[in-house]
Amino acid sequence: MNNPAIPYRIFPLGDSAITIDFGNVINESINKEVIARFNQLQERPLPETIEMIPAYSSLTIYYNLLALKKKINNNVTVFEWMKEQLDESLKMPVQENRIAKKIVRIPVCYESEFSPDIQQLATAKNITVDEIIQIHTASSYKVYMLGFLPGFAYMGEVDEKIVMPRKPQPQNVVAGSVGIAGRQTGIYPLASPGGWQIIGRTPLKLFDAGREEPVLLKAGDTVQFYSISNDEFKNY
Amino acid sequence: MNLRIIKAGVLDTIQDMGRYGWQQLGINPGGVMDKWAAQAANILVGNDMKEAVVEIHFPASDFFFEKPVLIAVCGADFSPYLNGEEIPCWQPILVNRFSILQFYGIKKGARAYLAIHGGLDVPTWLNSQSTNLKAGIGGYKGRALQKEDEIAIHSLSPELLSVLDKKEFIILPWKANTTWDDNERTEILILPGNEWDRLDSLSKEDFLHQPFTISHQSDRMGYRLQAPSLSVQSNEEVISSAVSFGTVQLLPDGQLIVLMADHQTTGGYPRVAHIISAHHSKLAQMKAGDKIYFKLTNHETAENLLVKQQQHLLQLQNACTFKLSELFKTA
Repeated sequence: MNNPAIPYRIFPLGDSAITIDFGNVINESINKEVIARFNQLQERPLPETIEMIPAYSSLTIYYNLLALKKKINNNVTVFEWMKEQLDESLKMPVQENRIAKKIVRIPVCYESEFSPDIQQLATAKNITVDEIIQIHTASSYKVYMLGFLPGFAYMGEVDEKIVMPRKPQPQNVVAGSVGIAGRQTGIYPLASPGGWQIIGRTPLKLFDAGREEPVLLKAGDTVQFYSISNDEFKNY
Repeated sequence: MNLRIIKAGVLDTIQDMGRYGWQQLGINPGGVMDKWAAQAANILVGNDMKEAVVEIHFPASDFFFEKPVLIAVCGADFSPYLNGEEIPCWQPILVNRFSILQFYGIKKGARAYLAIHGGLDVPTWLNSQSTNLKAGIGGYKGRALQKEDEIAIHSLSPELLSVLDKKEFIILPWKANTTWDDNERTEILILPGNEWDRLDSLSKEDFLHQPFTISHQSDRMGYRLQAPSLSVQSNEEVISSAVSFGTVQLLPDGQLIVLMADHQTTGGYPRVAHIISAHHSKLAQMKAGDKIYFKLTNHETAENLLVKQQQHLLQLQNACTFKLSELFKTA
């Protein structure tokens, strides 16, 4: 891939993790860079990496501080040493993602039983509920990152016509609920307090501890929602 | 023949050193709050340092041992009693079958750790035995221990059994030294976070000089701190990004929250500071009403303090390995 280098900044996340920040924004090409770097560093991990968290515009690497302390020259701190390693690895061009992109179709029932906030959204945006469903299912969404709860995928970006900020106070949300927060859309894998505007529910399990792959969606996947009826939901 | 819970405590869970490698999927690592105490407890009973233990809050469960065991209780001092007799913390104890371990009151600290020789036989999920309460998986059925729960434990070696003979219990005559840290108990060392400059210069002064009180809204996920609100310099959104055990987040109302073992993997609040790893244990033993002071440090000090802490554990391990092998010889 021959894209121009995206400027970045490296900062410590405490004494045992280091973050590469590509600019505190939600942007598809920056997120692509994050995921490409994540893949690169999975293939060629920095020494004593414990794990990595790719986010919207940042990649964080957790490392074994004690093991690195034994390994490196005492004149530099582990953080400085890791920063140098990271700068080096970022000089390498990113590889085109060789893993086939996964497209996941997700059934959603938007009927009132499952969509406590859809009517309010319609009123606020001066559109009908049917239009919301039509708009939400018309685009496909990119999974930018996972976080917050096991298997919670942050996806975007929703059409301006259905953009709605988070609620001021979190409420109890049922597992499978599909929500909107700003230009993001997401699915609650577990019951949890949350502030997203709930417009439907999927019968799919986004997180299932008993499955070999407990989490359904991964960063970099593409999601396409489609509307199902109450009956289809219940017989799913 | 098991470890049986005969009365449930408020929140006792099985934890190990955490479930690492899955945060990219939003699965938080969890694990013990006080790694130092849990590892010391394991060392005292001759376990691998990373073995699963029972993390105990007060009021604690009553534990019934259906077979002879070697135990140690480290971390908080909740006045442990064995069959009605007071026993010390930070010391290995050989316990005969049909004994009851109870905790009578909080003397010091917030979390006690019960380690049992041979570990706890609960299933492993994603390479860890830690209980993830949110996902309801790991540890013992993914939940806090309840009355009549039975956890499979391992049998004592014939050597240790012969030492124990018919006695109810034997307090072995060695003890972990808990005073490795020269810093004052209430002083918590921090490294500045990426959003440190969200605090204006006056708030930075306050941050570093005023006391913060651990509030009642504090649990395994995080501690809310009480103090006069700090001024937030900018309300520019922080796009969700990774956080860590010890991350100090600045809420929009100027209050602080410190993320602890069960923290979420990512967050969108400014990260004004990070508590150094070597001070996580100290913080884990703080309870509602306790006061702390933050003091800035640098990476060199943070790293060296963790090395020092680890060396202390390794020394303890060497000493305990020697003592236990001596015990086997005399048996």
